[in-house]
Amino acid sequence: MNEDKLQVAEHSHAEDLYPLSRREFLQGLGSGIVIFFAVGGPSTAKGQSRGNKERPDFNAYLRIGEDGRVTCFTGKVELGQGPITSLAQTLADELDVSLESVDMVMGDTALCPFDAGTWGSMTTPYFGPVLRAAGAEARAILIGLAAVRLKVPKDRLAVKDGVVFNNTRKSQKVTYAQLTKGKKIQKRLEQEPQIKTVGQYNLIGKPVNRLDARKKVTGEAKYTGDIRVAGMVSAKILRPPSHGAKIKSLDTSAVDKIEDAQVVRDGELIAVLHKNPDVAEKALGTIQAEYDIPEARFDDKSVFDYFIDNAGGSRVISNGGNIESGQKLAKYMVEETYLNGYVAHAPIETHTAVAHFEGDKLTVWASTQTPFGLRGALTRELGMSEENIRVIAPFVGGGFGGKISNGQAMQAVKLAKIAKKPVQLVWNREDEFFYDTFRPAAVVKIKSGIADSGKIVSWNYDIYGMGGRGSQLFYNIPNHRTTVCRELKNGKTMHLLGTGPWRAPDNNTNSFARESHIDVMAARAQMDPLEFRLKNVTDERMRRVLKAGADKFGWTPAGKAPSGRGYGMACGSDVNVPVVLFAEVKVDERTGSIEVKRVVCAQDLGLVINPEGAILQVEGCITMGLGYALTEEVHFQGGDVIDMNFDSYELPHFSWVPKVETVLIEADESPSRGGGEPAIICMGGVLTNAVYDATGARLFQIPMTPRRVRQALANRA
Amino acid sequence: MNETISFKLNEKSVSVTTDSERMLLWVLRTDLGLTGTKYGCGKAMCGACTVIVNDRAVRSCTLPVRSIKGKNVLTIEGLAKNGKLHPIQEAFVKHDALQCGFCTPGMILNAYSLLLRNPEPTREEIIEGMEDNLCRCGAHIRIIRAIESASQEMKGAR
Repeated sequence: MNEDKLQVAEHSHAEDLYPLSRREFLQGLGSGIVIFFAVGGPSTAKGQSRGNKERPDFNAYLRIGEDGRVTCFTGKVELGQGPITSLAQTLADELDVSLESVDMVMGDTALCPFDAGTWGSMTTPYFGPVLRAAGAEARAILIGLAAVRLKVPKDRLAVKDGVVFNNTRKSQKVTYAQLTKGKKIQKRLEQEPQIKTVGQYNLIGKPVNRLDARKKVTGEAKYTGDIRVAGMVSAKILRPPSHGAKIKSLDTSAVDKIEDAQVVRDGELIAVLHKNPDVAEKALGTIQAEYDIPEARFDDKSVFDYFIDNAGGSRVISNGGNIESGQKLAKYMVEETYLNGYVAHAPIETHTAVAHFEGDKLTVWASTQTPFGLRGALTRELGMSEENIRVIAPFVGGGFGGKISNGQAMQAVKLAKIAKKPVQLVWNREDEFFYDTFRPAAVVKIKSGIADSGKIVSWNYDIYGMGGRGSQLFYNIPNHRTTVCRELKNGKTMHLLGTGPWRAPDNNTNSFARESHIDVMAARAQMDPLEFRLKNVTDERMRRVLKAGADKFGWTPAGKAPSGRGYGMACGSDVNVPVVLFAEVKVDERTGSIEVKRVVCAQDLGLVINPEGAILQVEGCITMGLGYALTEEVHFQGGDVIDMNFDSYELPHFSWVPKVETVLIEADESPSRGGGEPAIICMGGVLTNAVYDATGARLFQIPMTPRRVRQALANRA
Repeated sequence: MNETISFKLNEKSVSVTTDSERMLLWVLRTDLGLTGTKYGCGKAMCGACTVIVNDRAVRSCTLPVRSIKGKNVLTIEGLAKNGKLHPIQEAFVKHDALQCGFCTPGMILNAYSLLLRNPEPTREEIIEGMEDNLCRCGAHIRIIRAIESASQEMKGAR
């Protein structure tokens, strides 16, 4: 992130922040070469760029300044997954400049063009190619300028590290900085220029270290909580005891005894302000409040029965062949129900925002995956124009889908408006658990049939409580139907707690259910799980990862479980990435605890921009996935969230982490795909299958807590 | 109760006058303007707020500022010397031992304390020493590797 820009933003007044309209701003970029480019053209997917007359039709731009430095302005946010590095690497390669000469300016609505948000592994596949095209276009312009300057035909020129030179006489050269000096060229990317192909890359495909690492190891990296504005106070909010609770009585008189502490109320939003956050928290503790709490209809144990018993209408999301005739072909029918609870995002940085009004201008710093979405929401909430609201997402300390809805920023803005001073709101850990938009609890019922040949001939798949991402079949099954039910009979949502996207939304639960069931069927048909999958998968990309993963792991058939080895496998597909995991576990049958010793991941990401970054994402997915497979589950009673900190909500620790090996399928000719999500989706399935292989006990609910493991061991047939 | 508390912070003498029951984390982040030390849980369970007091890693979110009177406090801002990164910082960069970076200052300082007491830890000792520092992005494998590498590097320098 361009620290200079952030520094300016931190210390200046609104007049300085808004010296120019957007058009003027673009004109004010000064000399150099500026390329505008849009994501959402014919070759890219919809959804990243929304057509809107008010907005410019480009959603990033790059500038090559008179000093030869390259700046990329993008509304994407650095959440930890590393686009600050992979995008810079992509751009530097196409431009033939060094990685060090690229500055990334990210997530600032005043400096960067509109972007829908950083989620869904979309940065690399959709934004990356357009950025490459823009880099190639800029390079072509520079070559054209150099040809004139050096009086050498373009086809005889080459570029290295930002220096254009004559291929036949290398001393004849000119730098990008010299070429841009005094020039003012602004160009919109109209058609896709010639980008580099396999064999021409200097940086793409090579491992590079993260560009943000130095700032992050020295404490220099600024997150929203590190922003300081003159006159700013910290807010702490009064959290209700339960979702749906309404205030009955409130006594804030004790707060008055604490010097400089101030109570602010806006309806149900009650907060204490003080210049020190810890003093605000202490003052908050003196407030006496009583609430009306709605009756608890269900808790973390009864939630699944509640969903099934009260389910409203289902929607068919996928349908093929005829289930009934498929069932007639079946030799075995297998019917099981799979359960998965609520899971928290639990980023180490809690939701944070700073709201700063000056005159009719508002600046908001926020830990958010959607700075432009937040600006839109603020526009509607406050009736202010977009031009007067600036949202800046500095470094974000983890998102995983949890920093999309921006509740903390809305709270900070309301408080700042009432208090008439800049407000910083850092949710404490308990707020974070309470207000989180959890991965929804869900039930998946599967009824399937297997023919004598080992082919799956019917597949009936019913989802309750969540959506269908990841339920699309890559198994070749002629008769299938998938339904989704997300509402109760009364038309209301099933959930009492906040729910939302969580790293590879729905897919973790869908893949857990499907891959467990595939193994249940394989066991019923007395077939090896790998052989059974290969018998039923025709998709070539999936077959390739299955074989590559099995090869790396050293998979061999073991016959009837328990084999005692503790080997398991699971495959899946997310954001068009086929992925397979193989795992080895050891189960302590006395305590029910599970040790994961080794995980092998094979996935097909197409052209990999930064292999080191891609492997890091696989390791991150597998480590994070240990949590939802083994321990992570939000306990609650009605709208009352019981887990409020890391004592009872247990994240993966160092000693849990297995040996991880990654196979990235070589597919340089295929488009790049995002690697931030796919590898996490199989963790539930691969570990339940491995536990079955180790012990003969099948768990139909995750996380596999020691208690559930002991129960499953006791229920073994 | 306001009190003036003097201590060494990153090798410089400092004094703060404040309620001495306040936690060091907030005094560092607000009164002293050092924001590299992070708030993660407020209950000494995640390690994001780890600082070094007299060569020991401590959780500053539950450490009253009165208890550091006259002591030496090292925060992440004081680890690099004259722009040169400490070998542990170097190793975190080299081994990509971070993602979002929010737990990183605490991880590095916890590792610093670990290597002070045990300059050549085994892999198991590193895991044991780092066990209660939480990372949500899953950089654990790289963090272990970085500490192993820093240990070797520092051995060479001794």
